[in-house]
Amino acid sequence: MLLRHTPTEITERKSLMINPAKTCQPIGAMYAALGIHGCLPHSHGSQGCCAYHRSTLTRHYKEPISAATSSFTEGASVFGGQANLLQAIDNIFTVYEPEVIAVHTTCLSETIGDDLKQIAHKAEKEGKIPEGKFVIGAPTPSYVGSHVTGFSNMVKAMAQLATPGTKKNGKVNVIPGWVEPSDMEEIKRLASVVGVDITLFPDTSGVLNAPLTGEYKMFPDGGVTMKELKDTGGAIGTLALGEWCSADAARWLDSKCKVPCTILDMPFGLNATDRFIDVLRTVAGVTVPEAIDVERGQLVDMISDMHQYFYGKKVAIYGDPDQLISMCEFLRALDMQPVHVITGTPGKEFERRIKEITADMPCEVNVKAKSDMFQLHQWIKNEPVDLLIGNSYGKYIARDEDIPFLRWGFPILDRQGHQYFPTVGYKGGLRLLEKILGLLLDRKDRDEPEESFELVL
Amino acid sequence: MTKTTKMVQWSPTDIKDELLKKYPPKVARKRAKQIMINEAVGADTSPEIVANVRTIPGIITMRGCTYAGCKGVIMGPTRDIVNIVHGPVGCSFYAWLTRRNQTDAGKDGENYIPYCFTTDMQDQDIIFGGEKKLEAAVIEAYELFHPKGICIFATCPVGLIGDDIHAVARKLSAQYEDCNIFAFSCEGYKGVSQSAGHHIANNQVFTHLVGENKTSPEGEYKINLLGEYNIGGDGFEIDRIFKKCGITNISTFSGNSSYDQFASAQHADLSCVMCHRSINYVADMLETKYGIPWIKVNFIGARSTAKSLRKIGEYFGDPKLIKRINDVIAEEMPEVEVVANDVLPRTNGKTAMIFVGGSRAHSYQDLFAEMGMKTISAGYEFAHRDDYEGRHVIPSLKVDSDSRNIEELTVEADEKYFKARKTPDEINALEAAGLKFKHYEGLNKDMDNGSIIVDDLNQYEAEKLVEILKPDVFCAGIKEKFSIQKLGVPMKQLHSYDSGGPYAGFKGAVNFYKEIDRLVGSKVWGYMKAPWQKNPELTATFVWE
Repeated sequence: MLLRHTPTEITERKSLMINPAKTCQPIGAMYAALGIHGCLPHSHGSQGCCAYHRSTLTRHYKEPISAATSSFTEGASVFGGQANLLQAIDNIFTVYEPEVIAVHTTCLSETIGDDLKQIAHKAEKEGKIPEGKFVIGAPTPSYVGSHVTGFSNMVKAMAQLATPGTKKNGKVNVIPGWVEPSDMEEIKRLASVVGVDITLFPDTSGVLNAPLTGEYKMFPDGGVTMKELKDTGGAIGTLALGEWCSADAARWLDSKCKVPCTILDMPFGLNATDRFIDVLRTVAGVTVPEAIDVERGQLVDMISDMHQYFYGKKVAIYGDPDQLISMCEFLRALDMQPVHVITGTPGKEFERRIKEITADMPCEVNVKAKSDMFQLHQWIKNEPVDLLIGNSYGKYIARDEDIPFLRWGFPILDRQGHQYFPTVGYKGGLRLLEKILGLLLDRKDRDEPEESFELVL
Repeated sequence: MTKTTKMVQWSPTDIKDELLKKYPPKVARKRAKQIMINEAVGADTSPEIVANVRTIPGIITMRGCTYAGCKGVIMGPTRDIVNIVHGPVGCSFYAWLTRRNQTDAGKDGENYIPYCFTTDMQDQDIIFGGEKKLEAAVIEAYELFHPKGICIFATCPVGLIGDDIHAVARKLSAQYEDCNIFAFSCEGYKGVSQSAGHHIANNQVFTHLVGENKTSPEGEYKINLLGEYNIGGDGFEIDRIFKKCGITNISTFSGNSSYDQFASAQHADLSCVMCHRSINYVADMLETKYGIPWIKVNFIGARSTAKSLRKIGEYFGDPKLIKRINDVIAEEMPEVEVVANDVLPRTNGKTAMIFVGGSRAHSYQDLFAEMGMKTISAGYEFAHRDDYEGRHVIPSLKVDSDSRNIEELTVEADEKYFKARKTPDEINALEAAGLKFKHYEGLNKDMDNGSIIVDDLNQYEAEKLVEILKPDVFCAGIKEKFSIQKLGVPMKQLHSYDSGGPYAGFKGAVNFYKEIDRLVGSKVWGYMKAPWQKNPELTATFVWE
């Protein structure tokens, strides 16, 4: 037993978090910033934060994650980090030559009250920002929200580049939220099949799934450009995928640039993808081509073919709110039962949405925001499940309780492929089904007594 | 990738100039002192290198922070202590199982390594102070688990808002007599690298744990193994060898360690130091307070392992032990040599670069040498000058403001428990016979003249070095892995070993030979260019057209 000290009996904890289902804001901001072409993320704080965020992102994406830090020592912590950031901006533009530096704060620089806008302004006045280059910033204190909030804050900073009154350009902004580079690529493909010209931001495809060629590019070819970001104010509309990850940026564009926005769920699974396609064609005023109907029909076909293995199966799932909401809806579409659902990210609305999605289950859902995986494990001990879904940290629970385990979410440290194979859209749905089915049937094959072990299932 | 341009006309001075060329003048001046061309071989004194100084803001560094050194490195691999990180969630999350510290739960079955504990501070805790939350969290941990020890770690904001974590620890330690609760002021901004965190951790372990267990563990030839963290199971292999030799390792600092091991360290008769940087001062303190001499050992590399075992045998001077050690070496080496001879034709003459830690960049050179591979450039992520130049420079090290923040313990001989393990005459005789105590010559002396030694290497310099010298393998950490590999050069992690390990001891050497053979021989590095990219000028048409 790996988690041998986790008791079945649940006692109330108010202060001690054990095995978190979230991490801190800056890593989200760093990931989002990597979705801008030619951008070097910069962590304004002591250097350990940056090292940890780079390590975790590297382990998940299996790609180089370049990011700089203000390297605070005690002096900066007492007298403020302005001198460090000014020096950093100068060094970064000289040595690495990015198009843009995306600065985010840490709990350290937030607590001492460093003002990013004022420092960036000073850097500009002092000529430390070369002509045509930019420094953008987002506040991301680690003691507020989670990595999801940090992602959202940096995406909002990207939206804020848009200038009100930009000429209409006939494009649609799509904010994909924290999904894999492969998912971003798939969203772009879907939009192109539907025939809608979109600006996707952030866009880590091509950045965090770059080819191996013998050449190292600190700034790979992918990513949304600064020009495209400035142009988002001229879009005919914005689709924000995910309330937690994307809505703030979309609402800002709506109120400041009069670009109307629709907040949708992330397009995981059948129904959420349906809504995404439907709104996309409505906003752009186009007819959905038959190719999409075919893709959709294939997903429905596989659900119908495999329904017997999904029906009634109980699932425990943890991760980030936007992903969980769509995944729980998909599980319900398969007649599976997400019985334990937790996220570490705060937000009461999450619990309401999950309850709404699972209202037709024959049993009640255990759902909690601001929770941790220790709690989830205890729930599982009290009411076992047939499948566990979440990031790599779930493997300890899965092994101890002997549960088939689908790695999905962030971070996945011990498997690969997520950066190349999407799980959004109808094709992503097919991949999720294939994986879930494989897990359930592998388990069946393992556990079946010899006399009922059969070739055909 | 063809290596036709390998090791060409670049002189060491040209290389250094190339590394510095792009920096703004102030940065270049500073880095120039941290990049040295080695001239240590044969000389009595080695040239001075600047180390343990602040990282330059904006320069993409390999370094982490003090908290990472304290919680991640030193206390992370202790299994039966509940480590609670007081701060926002991130710091605890990132140090959760990411360093590949293996452990077994022992006879008592206590193992908290797979768990991550944090107070998950929120903005109201930052505004109003987090001491109450910390106190409640420790109580919750105690009531859930009843561990022998609870350690508390401070993160950046905790130091800023002034939470007195030590007062909380003292209060609760008095309240729960069966649980030793103490704290570490290891805020990330202290010091200039992880090294400060090692120091803070070791000092507190020495103050609060060492000496607590008054009963001496059973066994012959009792030693402490200092600076071994059981990455990828290294400690397991070293312990296997010790056991076979009849040496009793009573405490490892701190791989697969337990509360009782730390608490019994004062009963050892010899301390063996693996990672000099992370722990040499603990060895000194054990000697001053309890009379335990220390020697430097290296269990990375089969020949180094044999040498280190013989050193231990020499120290105890018992013919029975010496014979057993020699028998074990004779028994273990043939298998090692079979694999070494197998890989040698493919690895001999190849080159490596190593930029890790504060000792490993040195220790691993022996292992590479066993495969006929030369380390052409190396350096440390968080070393001090003595790690490069040898211990004799320690008295001359300047204490700057960043080091002054880190507490130095002054210890004296313990009135009751000090016992000199050897008389001065015995020590002198052993030294005359060639056994060196408290001795470490540093990295420079073991590297070729003219090789490039770089302190606190950064991403830009790493990329340049690889482009210029084209090593066959590059060793660093996870952050460096993929940028190096994009250049078509295999990268081996020596902080957490990628998927491999153990690499210590005899079986470890075999693992490492095979791993490096795989890396330098992998076909994948030949796939960088597609056929049409290799011959782009080809324009002839096929017959069927």
